[in-house]
Amino acid sequence: MNVIIGLEIHCQLSTETKLFCGCSTDYRNDEPNTHVCPVCLGLPGALPRINRKAVEYGLRVAKALEMEVLEESEFARKNYFYPDLPKGFQITQYDRPLAVAGTLEIEDDEGHAKSVRITRIHMEEDPGRLVHMGGGDRARYSLVDYNRSGIPLIEIVTEPDLRSPQEARRFLNKLRTMLEYLGVFDGDREGALRVDANISLEGHERAEVKNISSYKGVEKALTFEITRQRNLVRRGQRIARETRHFQEARGITTSSRSKEEEHDYRYFTEPDLRPLRVRDWLEAIELPELPVARRNRFMAEYGISLNHARTLTGDLRLADFYEQVAAVDPALAATWVADTLLGELNYRSMGIGSVPPDRFAGLLRLIRDDAITDRGAVDVLRIMLDQCSRGEACETPAEIVRRQNLGKVTDDDFSAVVRRVLAAHPQAVEDYLSGKKGALNFLVGQAMKETRGRADPKAITRIMVECIGSEGGF
Amino acid sequence: MANRTITFEPDDRWNAFITCCSRAPCGDGALAGIPVAVKDNISTRGIPTTCGSRILDGYVPPFDAHVVELLKASGAAIVGKTNMDEFGMGTTTETSAFGPTKNPCDPDRVPGGSSGGSAAAVAAGLVRMALGTDTGGSIRCPAAFCGIVGLKPTYARISRYGLIAYANSLEQIGPMARTVEEVSRLMAVISRYDPRDSTSIRRPYIHQPTTDIAGLRIGMPVEYFGEGVDPRVADTVRKAVGRLEDLGAEVEECSIPSMAYALAAYYVICTSEASSNLARFDGVRYGPAADTRKAWHDAFSEIRWKGFGREVRRRIMLGTFALSAGYYGKYYAKAQAARHNIIRDFERIFSSVDLIAGPTMPTVAFRLGEKTDPLSMYLSDILTVPANLAGVPAISVPCGTVDGLPVGLQLMGRRFEDELVVNAAAAYEERGAA
Ligand SMILES: [Zn+2]
Repeated sequence: MNVIIGLEIHCQLSTETKLFCGCSTDYRNDEPNTHVCPVCLGLPGALPRINRKAVEYGLRVAKALEMEVLEESEFARKNYFYPDLPKGFQITQYDRPLAVAGTLEIEDDEGHAKSVRITRIHMEEDPGRLVHMGGGDRARYSLVDYNRSGIPLIEIVTEPDLRSPQEARRFLNKLRTMLEYLGVFDGDREGALRVDANISLEGHERAEVKNISSYKGVEKALTFEITRQRNLVRRGQRIARETRHFQEARGITTSSRSKEEEHDYRYFTEPDLRPLRVRDWLEAIELPELPVARRNRFMAEYGISLNHARTLTGDLRLADFYEQVAAVDPALAATWVADTLLGELNYRSMGIGSVPPDRFAGLLRLIRDDAITDRGAVDVLRIMLDQCSRGEACETPAEIVRRQNLGKVTDDDFSAVVRRVLAAHPQAVEDYLSGKKGALNFLVGQAMKETRGRADPKAITRIMVECIGSEGGF
Repeated sequence: MANRTITFEPDDRWNAFITCCSRAPCGDGALAGIPVAVKDNISTRGIPTTCGSRILDGYVPPFDAHVVELLKASGAAIVGKTNMDEFGMGTTTETSAFGPTKNPCDPDRVPGGSSGGSAAAVAAGLVRMALGTDTGGSIRCPAAFCGIVGLKPTYARISRYGLIAYANSLEQIGPMARTVEEVSRLMAVISRYDPRDSTSIRRPYIHQPTTDIAGLRIGMPVEYFGEGVDPRVADTVRKAVGRLEDLGAEVEECSIPSMAYALAAYYVICTSEASSNLARFDGVRYGPAADTRKAWHDAFSEIRWKGFGREVRRRIMLGTFALSAGYYGKYYAKAQAARHNIIRDFERIFSSVDLIAGPTMPTVAFRLGEKTDPLSMYLSDILTVPANLAGVPAISVPCGTVDGLPVGLQLMGRRFEDELVVNAAAAYEERGAA
C-alpha cells in the first residue's frame, strides 16, 4: 500500500517589522504585549499596510522554487473566532496567492533525485499566542500575548508527492536550508516553522495532521499515522477523513472532532488592501547562491570531497563558517569542521553560531603547523566549546594550549621523559636488552602516559631505542 | 496646534451629541477656533468613541483618526462626538444605544441617518461644521432631512484610518455644514493623502467653489423620479434642476438600468463586510469585559448578544449568511457582479454628461418610530447607495420643502471630480434657490 503525503508548511519570514504594521518582530525575551500597536491589536479603526519587505521575501522563495508569480495577487479575510485572533479574522491569501506551480528536488529513499511539486505559496499574518496559566488542560485561565500577532508567514503547499516520513523530513530539511540561504527565515525563532500534513494510504481517505512544530515531529507524526491507518485497514475498518492533532509529547495523533474545529471561514477579498502587483519588484530580486551551486563551488574552489561539500553546504551558517576558516587550509578545515566540530556540537546540542570562527581558525593553524597533536586539538576544541556554551569569554587556542600544557612535546622534552621512564623501570630495560621486544611496548606505554598523549608514539619509540642504545653502552 | 480652549456647553435638546467636550482645545490654521462635531465612529484620542453601541462602552481610543489629526492641525476645536445609528446601521439614528436624535426642523421627526447627530448639531446651530460618514447615504440622507449640505467624497480621497469600519469598500468620511462654502472648506482640510490607509489615493482637494455652470451637462435618471419616490419630492427636485438649466446647464434624461439590483447588492456587500468587521468586538481588549469565568465562546457570545443592538445583530447574521459556503456564489459573488454593472452604467452615463441629478431621499423625514419594518427602511436608501457602489462623489444640498420639511437635491459626479459637484451645488445654493 503506497503512502501518499502532502505538506503545508507555515514559516515565519525574518523581516524586522510585522506584516501590516511597524512593530518589531524581535520580541524574544521581552514582556508580553510590548511589541504591539493599534493595527496588530486589532483596535477599531486601525488599518493594515503591507510590508513590502515581506512580499519581497515571499517572492525570493517563489523564485527559488521556480514558481509562477501571479501578476496580481490578492489578500483575503479568513473569518473565525478565537481569543488569540484580534480582528476576528486573519488576513491571508485565498484564490489569488502570491505564486503557484513550483518544484523542489530531493532524494527519494533509494537515493535517486525526485521532484516534489509545489502547489502554491501564499502570505498571511500570524495570530497572537495564548498562554494557559497552570499549563495545558488543567489551566485555570488563559492570557493572550499579541507580540506574535501580525508576524509575517508564508504557507508553502506541496502536491501529494511524498512517499514516506523520511522523504518528508528530507524535503523539510532541504526547504529549510533553502529558506535560510535566501535570508528570509530564522529557524531559531520559536514557532518559526509549523507543518500540517495530509497523509493517506493509496485508495483510502486521508487524514490531516495539524500543527506539527518540529522536523522530528513531522517524521514521528507521519510514522504514527501510517501505522494507525495500516492497522485500521488490516482490521477491515474505514479510515475517516478527518483532522487530527499531533501530541508532540506523546508522539501520537488524536482526532479533533470538537465543533469549533468545523470551520466555514467565509473567505472574501480584504477590502482594506489593494491587490498586490509585484512584477517590478520581482524583476529587481536577485537570488543569492543556493545550496547546490554552493556545493559545486566548494568542490571546485577548495578541492574538497562531495561528501564534505554536501555536509558543509547543508546549513547556511555552517557553510559561511567553513568559508571563514577555509583559508588556513581548505582540506584540513573541511575535515575538522564537517567531521570533528559538527560531532562535538551535536553532542552538546549547540549551534554553529556559538563558535567564534577566528578562534577555530587559530586552532586549525596550530594543527597545520604541527604545534599540537590531533588528540590535543580535540581537547582544546572541547574546552573552547564548553567555554562558549557557558557564555564565557572564549580563550584563544594558544592560551588553552599553554594553560593546559597541551602543546606537542619536543624531542628534548621527550628525552627527559624517556630517561625518567628508563630509570624507573630498570627490569624492563634489561628484559628489552636481553631480547624481549615486548618490554619496549611497555616502556613506550609508560612514556605516553607521562606525556598524557601529547607525544607521537613513533617519536617516543625512536627516542627510547636511541636512549637504551647509548645507556646500554655504559 | 492647540494654544487655547473654547467652552462648549450646548443646549442639546435634540440629543445630537453622545459626548460633549466642555472645554475644547483649538489653535491657528484654516479652521482656527471653529467648533467642529465629529461622528462617534471616528476615533478621537482621549475622547470616548462608541459607534452608538454598548459594545464600545468605556472605549477611549489611544490614537486619532487621520481626519482628526488634520482637524487639530488646522486649529479646529473638536467639541463633541455625535449620535449615530449603531455602527452606522440605520437611516434614522434610532438604532443608537444612546436614544434617537430629533430633527431640529421638527422634533417629532427623525434627522435621518446614520450621521443624524452631526446633521442635527449643524442644523440646530450647535456647531458650524461636522464630520459624518457615508456608507450608503449616511451623510446625504440626514443632510437632506435636516436641510443642510453634506458631501460624500470620492472613495479613496479621504483616509479611513481611525474610522471604525462598517463596510470598508463603500464608506467615506465627509463634511457637513449649513453652506456649500463651509462644506468645501472642511473638505479641503480633511482630504490629505495618508499612507496608513492603503486604499487612499493622493488627490488633495484644493478648491474654491465657483458658480459658473454654463455648458455643464446634467443627466436626470428616470429611476430617480419614478416608482417609490414621493411625487412632491420628485417635483421639487425637478424644479431645482430646472433652475440649474436656467443658469446655463444642459439637462437631459438618462437611465441607470442596474439600479434594479443596487439595493440588494448594497445590502449583501455591506452586511458581509460588517459581519467580518464587527467580529473583533469580543470583550477581550476593549469595551465591557467578557465574563472570564465562562468558557470563552460562551462569554464571547454573551458579550456580543448584550453589546449589539437588534439591527446590528440582524446585519451580522445577514452578512454571515451571505458569505457562507454554499451561498457565497448566490449572494456575495452576485452582488459584486451587480456592483460592476453599476460602475459600468455610471461610466457610460458620465461619458455623455458631467453630473447626475436627482432627489437625495425618496421622501421627507419620517416620524420618529415610523419605520418599524427593516425592509421599508432599507428601501429608503435606494437613491443614495448607487454613489457608494460606484465610488463617485455625491452631495446633498437643500432645494425646497414639502409639508414644511426640507428636500435635498443630490448631485453626483465622476470619480475625483468632487470639485465639479461642489461647484454645481454652490451655483444652486447661491443663484438657484428661489
Ligand atoms: Zn503593530
